[in-house]
Amino acid sequence: MSGVEPVETALRELAPAVLGVLVRRHRDFDACEDALQDALLAASRSWPVDGRPANPTGWLVTTATRRLVETWRRDAARRRRESDDAARAVPPGDPAPGRDDTLALLVLCCHPALTPPAQVALTLRAVGGLTTAEIARGLLVPEATVAQRISRAKARIAAAGARFAEPSPAEREARLPAVLEILYRIYTEGHTASAGEDLQRPDLGAEAIRLARQLHGGWPGHGEVTGLLALVLLTDARRPARVRADGALVPLAEQDRRRWDRAAIAEGVALLEGVLPVAEPGPFQVQAAIAAVHDEAPTAEETDWHQILGLYGVLEVLAPSPVVTLNRIVALAMVEGPRAGLERLDDLAPRLEGHHRVDAVRAHLLERVGERAAAVAAYRRAAQRTLSGPEQRYLARRAAALA
Amino acid sequence: MKYLVMIHSNARFQERWEGLSDAERADFGHAHLRLRDELAASGELVAAEALADPGLARRVTRTDGRTAPVAPGGDGPFAETKEHLAGFLLVDVVGEERAIEIAGRVPDAVWGLVEVRPVLDMSQWDG
Repeated sequence: MSGVEPVETALRELAPAVLGVLVRRHRDFDACEDALQDALLAASRSWPVDGRPANPTGWLVTTATRRLVETWRRDAARRRRESDDAARAVPPGDPAPGRDDTLALLVLCCHPALTPPAQVALTLRAVGGLTTAEIARGLLVPEATVAQRISRAKARIAAAGARFAEPSPAEREARLPAVLEILYRIYTEGHTASAGEDLQRPDLGAEAIRLARQLHGGWPGHGEVTGLLALVLLTDARRPARVRADGALVPLAEQDRRRWDRAAIAEGVALLEGVLPVAEPGPFQVQAAIAAVHDEAPTAEETDWHQILGLYGVLEVLAPSPVVTLNRIVALAMVEGPRAGLERLDDLAPRLEGHHRVDAVRAHLLERVGERAAAVAAYRRAAQRTLSGPEQRYLARRAAALA
Repeated sequence: MKYLVMIHSNARFQERWEGLSDAERADFGHAHLRLRDELAASGELVAAEALADPGLARRVTRTDGRTAPVAPGGDGPFAETKEHLAGFLLVDVVGEERAIEIAGRVPDAVWGLVEVRPVLDMSQWDG
């Protein structure tokens, strides 16, 4: 992934279309996906040397098909089908990629029979065109773990009888939330803070943005598809200010906003403005709108908390969760003051108890009303309970500063 | 989410172990291998190892830039340790419920010697 970067990028763009053609023609998703990986590898070796073919999709389909035929020839059990498949194998003219191949593949990879970690791995490979080794480095797990996850996922899909087909409009709407959820998960998995660039580690955040863009290319007017793309762009815009040189994460209020990516913010805001007035509202659009309000504030103090409070109210109706409720309380405390926030926190305590962020929010509010001892205790409790390393360090630092 | 499934041991466990029949010990070992194979096949296993005797542990201190390994049994704080880590599984799973389910299948769990701890996630925070 150094000097050949443009070829790698081009290949990943082509991957879903090529896989779509292969699976529609030969059906066997597992074998087609393996053949695609071989073809991508062959292209990454020969294109930089021999130059890119005039018809890159056709080249990849032909190469992958040859691999498929070779596999079948070796497979004695399939001998009887071999002649038919070999006959079908030579593409008659240009292969025509299906319009909805990317979504059809995403729907297949996010099949409900699979666990989210399996959905993530399969999506990165089949739709993203990443190798097993790249996915493993991206997810920080051994390559063998990812390889097993992918082969188990393919077996599950086959056992569930799932077929590759362009989803009907009704299916598309039914399966889209799971697809968007997985793309967002890939984005957050790739969000890891690290001191210095790890050149060996593929940027899963950038990969998620690319996939969201590809999906959006097929449905430019779809509210939630657009909402997801806007959300990842508006969140990613803060990335340059998110990590200190020592690798520690910087909280939103303390970030140097001059380092935010203005172009990404402008793109995210424009996307949102295009769909918000016309599309059916959904959780990704609302979360993107909240991110946009933060991104458009020149300083943390100038944040429009009234608007954020209203948006969290909407989000709580569309996608209720303890995290959303806690964030609404944070916004409420910014609008009505920390006492009001603490009261709401007490009211909702039974519903939120046990959630690790309750103590963190309580600690911040106690600090703001000047109850230092109670704030220190709450910060320490929060630091003990969080599963996030950067948050743990941050909370311990706040406790130490006040104690 | 990654979880460390820690398998502890102690002197009482040793006594119980010695009281088992050969067949029972073999079952115990097979159950360990089966669990490990299943987790490898499901793509949830990150690493799994059994540790050598705690008597072989070396406590390491570093003073003035020099590393000095110290054998246990001396004056170190570990000399009094009654429970020790005998092995571990590092798994990457959907969530805590699944990690607990895995821990429950570790044969040593019948003696209450298995503990599950979440691994800190260095990426997930949007303060």
